[in-house]
Amino acid sequence: MSPTPSTAVDIAAAVRAGDVSAAEVVETHLAAIDAREAELHACNAVLADQARAAATRIDAARAAGETLGPLAGVPVALKDNMCTRGIPTTCSSKILEGWRPPYDATVVTKLQEAGAIVIAKTNLDEFAMGSSTENSAFGPTKNPHDITKVPGGSSGGSAVAVAAGFAPIALGSDTGGSIRQPAALCGVVGLKPTYGAVSRYGLVAFASSLDQIGPFAGTVADAAATYNVIAGHDRRDSTSYMEPLTPISEADLAGDVSGMRVGIISELLGEGIADDVKRRLTEAADALSAAGAKVEETSVPACIYGLSAYYLIAPAEASSNLARYDGVRYGLRVDADNITGMYTATRSAGFGPEVKRRIMLGTYALSAGYYDAYYGKALKVRSLIARDFATAYEKFDVLLSPTAPTTAFGFGAKTDNPLAMYLSDVCTIPSNLCGDPAISVPFGTGDDGLPVGVQVLAPALGEPALFRVAAALEGSAP
Amino acid sequence: MATPMAKRLTREEVAHVALLARLVVTEAELDMFTGQLADILEHANDVEALDVSGVDAMAHPLRLRNVFRDDVIEPTLDRDEVLSQAPAAEDGRFRVPRILGEAP
Repeated sequence: MSPTPSTAVDIAAAVRAGDVSAAEVVETHLAAIDAREAELHACNAVLADQARAAATRIDAARAAGETLGPLAGVPVALKDNMCTRGIPTTCSSKILEGWRPPYDATVVTKLQEAGAIVIAKTNLDEFAMGSSTENSAFGPTKNPHDITKVPGGSSGGSAVAVAAGFAPIALGSDTGGSIRQPAALCGVVGLKPTYGAVSRYGLVAFASSLDQIGPFAGTVADAAATYNVIAGHDRRDSTSYMEPLTPISEADLAGDVSGMRVGIISELLGEGIADDVKRRLTEAADALSAAGAKVEETSVPACIYGLSAYYLIAPAEASSNLARYDGVRYGLRVDADNITGMYTATRSAGFGPEVKRRIMLGTYALSAGYYDAYYGKALKVRSLIARDFATAYEKFDVLLSPTAPTTAFGFGAKTDNPLAMYLSDVCTIPSNLCGDPAISVPFGTGDDGLPVGVQVLAPALGEPALFRVAAALEGSAP
Repeated sequence: MATPMAKRLTREEVAHVALLARLVVTEAELDMFTGQLADILEHANDVEALDVSGVDAMAHPLRLRNVFRDDVIEPTLDRDEVLSQAPAAEDGRFRVPRILGEAP
């Protein structure tokens, strides 16, 4: 038997060929978790027994001559806001602590059908609201490159699981940057697919017009392999695309960008973006240019209003989605002598401060007298942003920006100032508002030696172009 | 004309919003949330400069269409499994505190 390969694509090939067993792959990754989990706290639960059982089934299937799936034997970590039947799904909130969902999310089923093995449920900012994983009710996750720094968020646990070798791939959810920003801060690849490309059945809802599930991976090819497995229509999610989607091909992953038109978004290179991050972006642009792409700076004027629109729209939708946590059907109940008292006591004890802040912000933005001025106006601004991106895509195949304004910041640096924390998402939010795909690719380090991510953006269903450019960047990263 | 966005959020408004959202906030939390929420709303005021007349509201990135399926009976979630996760259940139903008036 050979040693366990490090990428998902190589693991699956080795397991299919019989060069390594799924059981060995699982043990290698459980050992990696054992070595660093106490220090990093990436996981809400490590599913060692379930992973070993799944590996046994895959090895038995191979022995019986069955055809194995494209992710055979590949461990995957799941953000703990995706439902796993009979396995606690907490959203890192006290209000759902101990809840065991009665069904699996569609992405979980699809991964398992492809042979992947769920090895852990990962930590997140409570209900995916945050940019540092500090809002978890179960304590923060640490950045594996420097444990005094945050991993980003909200999918910080999934980003760290991949960066620390707990699993070659992981799933996160991205409402305003919650896959791409932690991917950048942890030095891994993170994709937010096109809105509607991946089923959200079984993803605990935060802001339904923005939420999207996507992969983290150590390589662009692994992110593509995971995307190819989870993408596609699901009859249980009526917002998923009916039309067949174009899978990412080997040709896309060859990273040939000659003749591609690449626009650098001027508005995302200004105030608030650190100089070392800007330098890496310029180097990335130069690398694409050297590879034959036609690169130039371009303006997407309404882009700068993304943050304002987002922090009215997302909390408004959250205030509605989180109304369901009322102590009746699942999770925490704090008893009181009447029903309103029970609702109020349960929600006040179960939600943390950031979730309360966003529920109140959203309730206010939707309330009588303010609806038109806040929520209504934000939806119109969203149209302007989508219009300006559509105009840019008439001239460019993809756009380029930093993923995050800075490298990983210290614990507590932004916890007292929510607005400062929200600014971490200034580059990632526009794609969610438009419903377009975007990917973060590691591209060198900042002055502090911590990872920098470059973001590639494409129009809806532009994943093949996105991966083409991502592969080119990966190949030329310093 | 003064828009609702022109005035700073008050403590009383935050208390009212908490009531609507079924949240209890302490006096100290009220002070903290009022300042933070007012700052966020003031930042959001930068959209006031934008002319959005004639612009449609975009609630969703997709063109919505109806989704149909044949009316066929299919398996649903297992009732006992669902109720086993409820804080309280009785006779195949969720049990909740009294909703109307005093018990007879």
